[in-house]
Amino acid sequence: MQYLWRTPGSRIAPEEASPIGPPPLEIRGLTVAYHRRPVLWNIDYAAPPGGLIAVVGPNGAGKSTLIKACLGLVPRVSGTVEVFGRPIAKQRRLIGYVPQRESVDWDFPVSALDVVAMGRYGKIGWFRPVTRAHKEAALHALERVGMADFARRQIGQLSGGQQQRVFLARALAQEAQLYFMDEPFAGVDAATERAVLQVLRDLDAAGRTVICVHHDLQTVSDYFDHALLLNTRVVAQGPVSRVMTPDLLSRTYGGRPMPAPAAAEAS
Amino acid sequence: MMPDVQEFLQIDAPALLAAVLACAACALVGNFLVLRRQGMMGDAVSHAILPGIVGGFLVAGTRETLPMMLGALAAAALAGLLIEAVRRLGRLESGAAMGVVFTVMFAAGVVMIEQASAGGIDLDADCVLYGQLETILWLAPKGWESLGDPAVWAALPREVLTLAAVFALCVALVGLFYKELKITTFDPALASTLGIPAGLFHYGVVLLVAATAIAAFEAVGSILVIAMLIAPPAAARLLTDRLAAQILLSVALGVLAALAGYGAAAFGPMLLGASHSLNAAGMIAVASGLILAVAVLFGPRHGLLGRRRAVGRLRAAPGFVAPEAQKP
Repeated sequence: MQYLWRTPGSRIAPEEASPIGPPPLEIRGLTVAYHRRPVLWNIDYAAPPGGLIAVVGPNGAGKSTLIKACLGLVPRVSGTVEVFGRPIAKQRRLIGYVPQRESVDWDFPVSALDVVAMGRYGKIGWFRPVTRAHKEAALHALERVGMADFARRQIGQLSGGQQQRVFLARALAQEAQLYFMDEPFAGVDAATERAVLQVLRDLDAAGRTVICVHHDLQTVSDYFDHALLLNTRVVAQGPVSRVMTPDLLSRTYGGRPMPAPAAAEAS
Repeated sequence: MMPDVQEFLQIDAPALLAAVLACAACALVGNFLVLRRQGMMGDAVSHAILPGIVGGFLVAGTRETLPMMLGALAAAALAGLLIEAVRRLGRLESGAAMGVVFTVMFAAGVVMIEQASAGGIDLDADCVLYGQLETILWLAPKGWESLGDPAVWAALPREVLTLAAVFALCVALVGLFYKELKITTFDPALASTLGIPAGLFHYGVVLLVAATAIAAFEAVGSILVIAMLIAPPAAARLLTDRLAAQILLSVALGVLAALAGYGAAAFGPMLLGASHSLNAAGMIAVASGLILAVAVLFGPRHGLLGRRRAVGRLRAAPGFVAPEAQKP
């Protein structure tokens, strides 16, 4: 028995998720507000199939909120989000998620392997235990991020970078088509940065789409193929070579005041 | 002088059974409060159900479990709504909202008890607050051999049967939804993206805590329930780094607290030559506090002594230079 809100036959085989089919992620007219203040305003975006996409913008631009709204974790004021042409509630098995490392309690009494196995829960479903096969898949995911030796370690005893790699391994264990990652490079050591980058490139090579909130402007062009410049609204989107220009970046980071959302909407 | 067999079976056995079941059930669900950092919720629920218990009693006019249970459940639901309302409208953090709501509801319950006693209705505030373990009697058994008779077991006191049912419910729900409880407690956001309703599990945990607190209040009182919800899981957390082990251990520690506390209350003073026994529920809470203290001191990795030993090992390691020696 699968988890809620998934209708039979909604799973898309990898070959169907090809460039010809619907885009991995399509956002239309998305607006999100906290306490009446718009955090995201009328976002339209279609992610290209396959490839590494960076979501770039200043603090408070709504980068994390964009990911959470796509995943249905924060309520939308308006707009639609579709994953491979269908609402997200019907495509959960195609989605992987790496939250910010600070979002969970690392004192929790579980091992690294337990955490990675959580990535398999969507495939396991209600009332069934985590079988040996799922544990092996989780261990394999840990191997891919160079953390197999730490499988039995309680997660609080890992360094920040190791914890980040555990989160990444958990997303790999989800075996998704479309990944959302919230600052996977934030505050990690050089070894972890290389490991994360290698995983992103492997996913890219396997035809997966990865959407990353990224804060380091220096590395955007090296690490990613596409970028979405965000400051409450979409400032620019496209290949990094076209988008990561001084002009567009200064517009994103407030070099020029943004028009008030209401006024802009009226025009 | 130790009590004879019949006295033990009729007076001590039902009280012990009730205490053990109450402590085991509280410890089991308490794990999820402690791990969700919502220990305050146990406090809030156990206080807020008081007006519901009294209301149920006043409406039904008897000490039957069902009306009091329904009243308490209604009060728990009302408390949940009020806490959310105060949190939103008053723009308070949830701990402050709980603090306001549960104290007001508890005060309302105390006023209701006072009014009821003034009206000549037999409702003892002490019973509600501190439990009535000593009044749980099982008159059927006449000796060890009578325990083979099913009719004797059918005559188990209502409080014990209620607690057994609630404990079985807790075990069944935690067993069935173990995986989901684990992930919604650790990472509710990921759980939601997988299609597991994390919000529903949050309310489910609160409701289960409410049901357990209601069933246990008759045995250990509405206040001492809090100790049983928090102390055994907190102690177990210090003794292991595995969730499943923590849950099993917390139930074992809850049972231990019940046995040790009841034993100390019922038989301790007699052994010392005193004529009165102590309040059993109070001693059980004391025992659970002592167990937590022992875990704080002697926990293998998290305990104070364990941590000191680890530092000692580091200092004894070859190549270690003490910080004080590094100063010029």
